[in-house]
Amino acid sequence: MGLPSEHEDTGAGAGWGHSHERKGFFTDTSICIGCKACEVACKEWNRNPQDGDLEILGSSYDNTGSLGANTWRHVAFIEQDQERIEQARESGRRLVGLGMPGIGPRSGADAPAGAGGCGSGCGSRPGADGEPGAADRTPPDTPEFRWLMSSDVCKHCTRAGCLDVCPTGALMRTEFGTVVVQSDICNGCGTCVGGCPFGVIERRDDGTISAKGDRGRVEQDVPHHGTANKCTLCYDRLVDGQTPACAQTCPTTSIRFGDRADMVDEAASRVRQLHDRGMTEARLYGANGNDGVGGTGSVFLLLDEPEVYGLPPDPQVPTAQLPAMFRTAGIAAAGMIAATALAFLGGRR
Amino acid sequence: MANADCIIVQGSNMAEAHPVGFQWVMEAKARGARIIHVDPRFTRTTANADKHVPIRAGSDVVLLGALINHVLTEELWFREYVQAFTNASTIIDERYQDPEDLDGLFSGFDPETGRYDPASWAYRTAQPADPSHAHDDASRGETAGAGGPPLEREPVQRDETLQDPRCVLQILRRHYARYTPEMVEEACGISREDFAYLARSIVENSGRERTTCFAYAVGWTQHTGGAQFIRAAAILQLLMGNMGRPGGGVMALRGHATIQGSTDIPTLFNLLPGYLPMPMAGTHDRFEDYVESIGTKTQKGFWADAETYAVNLLKAWWGDAATPENDWAFDYLPRLTGAHGTYQTMMAMLEGKVDGFFLLGQNPAVGSADGRLQRLAMSHLKWMVVRDFSMIESATWWKEGPEIESGELRTEDIGTEVFFLPAANHTEKAGSFTQTQRLVQWRHQAVPPPGDAVSELQFLVELGNRIRERLAGSTDPRDRPLLDLTWDYPIDEHGEPDPESVLREINGFHVSGPDAGRPLSSFAQMRPDGSTAGGCWIYAGVYADGVNQAARRRPGQEQDETAAEWAWAWPANRRILYNRASADADGRPWSERKKYVWWDAEQGRWTGRDVPDFPVTKEPHDEGDPEAGGAAGLSGSDAFIMQSDGRGWLFAPSGLVDGPLPTHYEPVESSIPNPLYDQQANPTRVSFRSDLAMNAPGVDGLGGAAEVYPYVFTTYRVTEHHTAGGMSRFLPYLSELQPELFCEVSPELAEIVGLEPYGWATIVSPRSAIEARVLVTRRMRPLPIAGRTVHQIGLPYHWARGSEAVVEGDSVNDLIGLNLDANTQIQNSKVTACAIRPGRRPRGPALAELVAEHQRRAGIDADTGDEKVTIPPPAQRRVHVPGEAPAPPTEDPTEEEDR
Repeated sequence: MGLPSEHEDTGAGAGWGHSHERKGFFTDTSICIGCKACEVACKEWNRNPQDGDLEILGSSYDNTGSLGANTWRHVAFIEQDQERIEQARESGRRLVGLGMPGIGPRSGADAPAGAGGCGSGCGSRPGADGEPGAADRTPPDTPEFRWLMSSDVCKHCTRAGCLDVCPTGALMRTEFGTVVVQSDICNGCGTCVGGCPFGVIERRDDGTISAKGDRGRVEQDVPHHGTANKCTLCYDRLVDGQTPACAQTCPTTSIRFGDRADMVDEAASRVRQLHDRGMTEARLYGANGNDGVGGTGSVFLLLDEPEVYGLPPDPQVPTAQLPAMFRTAGIAAAGMIAATALAFLGGRR
Repeated sequence: MANADCIIVQGSNMAEAHPVGFQWVMEAKARGARIIHVDPRFTRTTANADKHVPIRAGSDVVLLGALINHVLTEELWFREYVQAFTNASTIIDERYQDPEDLDGLFSGFDPETGRYDPASWAYRTAQPADPSHAHDDASRGETAGAGGPPLEREPVQRDETLQDPRCVLQILRRHYARYTPEMVEEACGISREDFAYLARSIVENSGRERTTCFAYAVGWTQHTGGAQFIRAAAILQLLMGNMGRPGGGVMALRGHATIQGSTDIPTLFNLLPGYLPMPMAGTHDRFEDYVESIGTKTQKGFWADAETYAVNLLKAWWGDAATPENDWAFDYLPRLTGAHGTYQTMMAMLEGKVDGFFLLGQNPAVGSADGRLQRLAMSHLKWMVVRDFSMIESATWWKEGPEIESGELRTEDIGTEVFFLPAANHTEKAGSFTQTQRLVQWRHQAVPPPGDAVSELQFLVELGNRIRERLAGSTDPRDRPLLDLTWDYPIDEHGEPDPESVLREINGFHVSGPDAGRPLSSFAQMRPDGSTAGGCWIYAGVYADGVNQAARRRPGQEQDETAAEWAWAWPANRRILYNRASADADGRPWSERKKYVWWDAEQGRWTGRDVPDFPVTKEPHDEGDPEAGGAAGLSGSDAFIMQSDGRGWLFAPSGLVDGPLPTHYEPVESSIPNPLYDQQANPTRVSFRSDLAMNAPGVDGLGGAAEVYPYVFTTYRVTEHHTAGGMSRFLPYLSELQPELFCEVSPELAEIVGLEPYGWATIVSPRSAIEARVLVTRRMRPLPIAGRTVHQIGLPYHWARGSEAVVEGDSVNDLIGLNLDANTQIQNSKVTACAIRPGRRPRGPALAELVAEHQRRAGIDADTGDEKVTIPPPAQRRVHVPGEAPAPPTEDPTEEEDR
């Protein structure tokens, strides 16, 4: 099982000579409570420095802003009114109408979403349908207002732009199918920064961290400054069989970690479950292997268009057009050579 | 909570302040439960709820009372449950008069003292009450432990038809008759549709097959009548049969790691371990009087054994020095002379009556109401000790507090000597945490504390050692309590006392006999003869068999849903209290779906998924021994085994000092006239008269005050910070997530006042003024109340002025006055009147001038608004109460007002 291009670029295909299951996150934003424990646990584990200038950002409860060299998990807060909620519900419904790319092919045996079938996702509820324990299936009233929260992270793309464009080989594909920077090789050229279609990877400047107080001035050595930094999917924890710090700490299981294929399955059945409850605004992000990055290792369940969360709706790996670009460049070069040759030939006359 | 079919979160922002516990709400939701958040603000809790019901802060009793009225009028209550397990049928004393009769007061109020004599709230008995048994101090909350004052064991009179006009159910019907959806709309700002939705959700999710759960936190407790908010929910839950059953209950969410533990083994002035009251000077001079005041030997239920619990505690503390001859060293215990809560102590400091002060894990300069008064009070001390992780503001107020900046205090004038002692944090010491669900969970030391930091245990043991060394050889009897203490904890090579040895002492052990030295396995083994000792009777069993039961960590996946082998819950590892009520009067489960504990007739014992909270072999139809007290006196359906009548109390004949039933009073600084009674605010509230303290300016719609302070603000926490900030503002990873103090306002209020999003605002209360960044959000909604629009402002209170923390900001608690719930001595911090205007606040002396200018315009001073009774003579009454002819108040209240 796998996405069309998965084995070309990830896991066994990446030259490890053995086949670990590809690992990934499933971030279910429908149960995120915005506690930001993931941000803190990530920073604690990875010893990432404090960000920002300690002023209010002006973005609801979000004072982090975006993913970057020092912040590898970022929780977005989006306040929405009723009109926007209805639009989200409608656009989600249309996605289902179109067969919802990313779900369909993998779960062909299951009943299609929205057709009344519960699939495997409902199994967690006690008691069969009809018993008092069964869920309310009537669509919820569209609330007048909602506050979306979503924890963003590196996507660990199937076709990773950062990895493709890295000139030093500092970025590598691990045996878990994740993408990791080797800071001792990275020379800080920054090419990868432009190569990431999600704006995730960033070069760390010479930040310092200091906690004041009588427990002594805690000066943290900032590791890896001057090099590119991003989420490693806690590579150092994975090699010891541990769960990444963010997933470990998440109190509501909004962040789940596991084999990427299982994550996609869980995400798909959760979308079906929500659609069954009338929440047609639910949709998958990153599970489609045919998208511009070949699908992502970190998949998301969103409750609105990706743009609302600051995610690109149609991410493209910059090297995707490389063959075509080479072809075009080749034609151009050939033309120029021909023209030059012609000029010389003409000149001889 | 995961088993609930409907969860009402009211008076709590559970997702933000209790995110770990909130996982069970999310679990319930995933199983199909409906989640409703009743709150002034749309918060991170609301974001995950099915429905938000915005409410005017402080009006919760109107809403809950209307729900009670609704289920009674529409006959939607759970009759079998109510009949079997509550005091609905009990007849109340003829002298009882309701607020419906007295325009907002219960019978028994004394305007002189501001207190109630609860004698007329008692159950009617065959003989008239014996005055020699009257408990003088029943009107004072600090004198009762968890059980409240005892009820004498006399046959109560009941009308099982529930028709007697003096029976509890009929009193309840009359009391809440005017609490209607229309009243809710007017007083709470909740539409009739939203009320109907809420009522329907509760009703449809209660009964045999389903259960509804309430969760609250300080959004209910921090009001002048906070205890009554909780009582109102308890009444509703009893009427709907949602107590003692899986997925039911009224969950008290605790806001720190072991706040539950610090009431069980208390840091409270009025309690001893296990909810035994602190003895009162004058009334409890003899041990028998003290024990009788907790529970008489003839009363039903487990408080009848109060003597046993008290003897075991004294024996644990004073060992061989506690003998039958000296009443188990009862005289070694200090005595109360009144309320000695944190605010009384602070007022005493202001008067120069306190020399020294230990602050352990508290930051009153930031976290307590009226911060300026707190800091001024500390400036009157001779010395104080601050033990904390960081140099918190309560340790630095003398050099960089707001009063230094304003010039009110000068460092060179302050005589207080401040000692800062670094403390180990929770990862740097072993010990137990007791959480919301009474689960005692052991944690191990992960790393040694840095530098000179030590644990509380080491600090206190060492402090005790040094004091005892200084007193050694003393012949002064007053030193005996210290010298006779059992103070022999084994010390390890780092100087750390063994925390398990303390747990063992708390658990209790056999002092003599064949098992001498062996830990007790249950409080049933405790004896009142000195042969056993135990530091906290409800914790007996936590160290059963010499094993630290709190350290058990068998994963949930390997157990059933009760997970009895994860840690240990008091009492007796019982996960749901009063679980006898999960079966019907005959002992059968109410339904297969909500099956929990039931009577197994074949084996002749109670059984089920939890430890039964009942005498295990007592049959459901056992009549109970009418002559015997304690467990033997309980009948087979007396499910509420701690109550002296075995019943859940819809009507509380004792234990509360402000009335047997929850009644709506307006917050002290509300500008809305009480829509139900002429009595505006809770008449028993505690306030303090001081020229320094603008305690109760009472902008209750009188004079021009409401125009000067036209808005109300409510305070709260956000996930990213912890209370007064000592554990978060000093950490970069947390500080960066919420770096600045902000106020939350609605777009409508921002428009009226001219506030710019993310600009600055100055908020002025009758006591102080602060500045905050402005967060304009539709999560704040103006509410239509009584023909006008009420604007509520939200203020998180984590910030403070000082250079030690990573981030700083003004302290919100500087704005709040001292008005306390008389039951609990907890301050109102949820409703305070204020003005708000754009821009930053003035600096230096100009700040005090700004505050004074507002006070002058409002016409308030330290004396205004502190009158407790506001009922005018009958002719001038504003509210028509359709009760019997109103009895005039016992004293002309105009005198009070003129005072």
